[in-house]
Amino acid sequence: MHANHARTPFDLGAALKDAGLVAGIVVLLTVALVGARVQDISSGPPVVFRFDDVIAAALLAFVGRFAIALLRGGRPRPVLIAALAFALGLSAILVHGVTSAGPGLTRLLPFASPVINWVIAIAAWILSARAAWLQWHATSTLDAEAREAREARMDRLGAMVQTWARFFGPLLLGVAVVLPFLPGIDRRLLDIAILVVTYIMLGWGLNIVVGLAGLLDLGYVAFYAVGAYSYALLALYFDLGFWTCLPFAGIMAAFAGILLGFPVLRLRGDYLAIVTLGFGEMIRIILLNWYTFTNGPDGLSGIPRPTLFGLPFTANPPEGQASFHSFFGLEYSPLDRIVFLYYVILGLALVTNLFTLRIRKLPVGRAWEALREDEIACRSLGVHPRNTKLTAFAIGAMFGGFGGSFFATRQGFVSPESFTFIESAMILAIVVLGGMGSQIGVVFAAILLIGLPEVFRELNQYRMLAFGLAMVAIMVWRPRGLLAHREPTVRLADHAPGAADAAPEMRT
Amino acid sequence: MGYFLQQLINGLALGMIYGLIAIGYTMVYGIVGMINFAHGEIFMIGAFISIITFLVLGLVGVGWVPLALLIVLVATMLLTSVYGWALERVAYRPLRGSPRLAALITAIGMSIFLQNYVQLLQGARNKPLQPVITGGARFLEGGDFTVTLSYLQMLIILVTIGLMVGFTMLINRTALGRAQRACQQDLGMAALVGIDVDRTISLTFVMGASLASVAGLMFLLNYGVIDFYIGFLAGVKAFTAAVLGGIGSVPGAMLGGLLIGLIEAFWSAYFTVEYKDVAAFAILVLVLIFRPTGLLGKPEVEKV
Repeated sequence: MHANHARTPFDLGAALKDAGLVAGIVVLLTVALVGARVQDISSGPPVVFRFDDVIAAALLAFVGRFAIALLRGGRPRPVLIAALAFALGLSAILVHGVTSAGPGLTRLLPFASPVINWVIAIAAWILSARAAWLQWHATSTLDAEAREAREARMDRLGAMVQTWARFFGPLLLGVAVVLPFLPGIDRRLLDIAILVVTYIMLGWGLNIVVGLAGLLDLGYVAFYAVGAYSYALLALYFDLGFWTCLPFAGIMAAFAGILLGFPVLRLRGDYLAIVTLGFGEMIRIILLNWYTFTNGPDGLSGIPRPTLFGLPFTANPPEGQASFHSFFGLEYSPLDRIVFLYYVILGLALVTNLFTLRIRKLPVGRAWEALREDEIACRSLGVHPRNTKLTAFAIGAMFGGFGGSFFATRQGFVSPESFTFIESAMILAIVVLGGMGSQIGVVFAAILLIGLPEVFRELNQYRMLAFGLAMVAIMVWRPRGLLAHREPTVRLADHAPGAADAAPEMRT
Repeated sequence: MGYFLQQLINGLALGMIYGLIAIGYTMVYGIVGMINFAHGEIFMIGAFISIITFLVLGLVGVGWVPLALLIVLVATMLLTSVYGWALERVAYRPLRGSPRLAALITAIGMSIFLQNYVQLLQGARNKPLQPVITGGARFLEGGDFTVTLSYLQMLIILVTIGLMVGFTMLINRTALGRAQRACQQDLGMAALVGIDVDRTISLTFVMGASLASVAGLMFLLNYGVIDFYIGFLAGVKAFTAAVLGGIGSVPGAMLGGLLIGLIEAFWSAYFTVEYKDVAAFAILVLVLIFRPTGLLGKPEVEKV
């Protein structure tokens, strides 16, 4: 195989030129925004310069691009040696910097920020791993053929996951049910779990709109907000409890969905996206400015917590009333409330999932999926496009409303700040990254996008940066979503029995 | 009367800024058929590069305003257009031919990335800039309301008109413009007759970004303060302008921008300031319901 390497020609000049070009572009990109920082304090110079970062970025871009060119040209050995040396050196300095105080070797680091340095070190490790792979396997993973093979592999994986979901779905559910009682679960992890399950529920709700009906909704947070404020206002004005308000909140959100959907649902895909985005912002601005009703930017506080059949989770219940711990004769623990909240949202999420799974098999659910595939064909077959879409929109909105009222009761406080566009983008990203229409994909995507960043809270600054980058990277890598695998919910009867061996070929 | 005239001037200046951003949306949509959601962030980056250049020039001691303005204009157009180019190259080109939704998701991802990138590098606080151009011409001084047409507003209007003229000529007269119009009609056919489609699309992004950067510079001069979040709202409004004017049509984008600017100015003047953004969104919804092709757009034929 080494002879094989030698035979492929390698144009050193072109590779150097290309790397130089990339380095030049990096300089142009970074010279102003990275190279100079506008100072916030009025004393001292208005800008400080950080050109060393620009130079480091350009050098790294040059070397990295050249290394990739070498790999593509079938010359992995020098890359392997250089990348490995660099990765080892950088990691050693970083570890040294962590363990011992004082400047010393850390002056050699390319950037001031340790996180970026770690990212660079990891990139170098990945580069050396890839070079090692090429050195000993001699197949490039970069050309089109390999890309297609990878696509097919991932498609198969998606199909497999969906087949296996039947088995490990219940397993996952089992883990979710016993999660609060597992060893090592503390308050913080439970809070993260509640957050993740909330997003799973919202993802499943939006999946009805985006995944099943194929309507791109960028303003899902509006219904979330309607649900949250419905509950908060009902509770504060009429002194109602969580369980009484929950259906109302859902109905209000569904109503908002119908109100918005009625005029706009005949629009084409991306127009619909922008209109829903506008609607989401409108709701937020109205909540922000209608001070007499919604208390404006100050938000609403003192929203009552949910109760278990009328049993509150307080340490000292009002006179003559039992609370959870006194009723069951338990020691009071503040964790009880969190565990209860966890089960509430888990229940809501499961209801959403069950509903989706069942409604897919009903005529209206089939009509959604048919509309997503071909609207014109549907119309000629007598499916009313607008009414059908409207049901999807309203039902999706209703689950958003449920999620919203859970949010309100969990926080005990709502303000317009919680309902910005970024929330909509996050929920949509969960649905799309998981592979639209895939219920289990939503779970994985939510764990990936919400759970991981929450665990790494220390990297708070870089959280959203990485989030945006991950959205781009996953889409470029897998444009139809991580576990995208579109299989019709209903098949012709002769497919199911007997024809099982023919089924793999029939998949699209 | 005086008050009305003043709002008209303010609205025109504002509308010019929206129009410049809207051109980027409309051209990209016309050629690639996608909403470049990150275009608002390109505008924001243009504004940031402008403020940095202004401050650096102040540090170096370039005091003469016209020269400083010229340098800032060139610098921000050049550097921001590199961002436009890189955006297309990294996030959109690999997805050409993928489902529409995928491109929209990467666009949203890029938008989030760029916002946080600027926030991380430049800090989250507002960045103020001392007024660069002051003074103006006064009219109707004897009446109940003195109308001021500031030199800054004159500059905004003149520069925008100049850019529009140049840009229209570029599209109508040059080979690049011809290639762009061909790509707009049919990408595959354009490639068949020997047009470098990749290059044309890249240059479209470059042009859109440089126009947006000029809008960013003017926004900075007009308001005197920017932050990393300005791109979102301005982007949505400019997109509204592009839809209002008829997406795909360059004069339509300018017209839509002017209308949005005027509506915003008059709404703030005669109704409530708080709900001016709601007004812009409401217009978008109304236009899409009653005239989805916009004012100057061509109707889209639905093929089976």
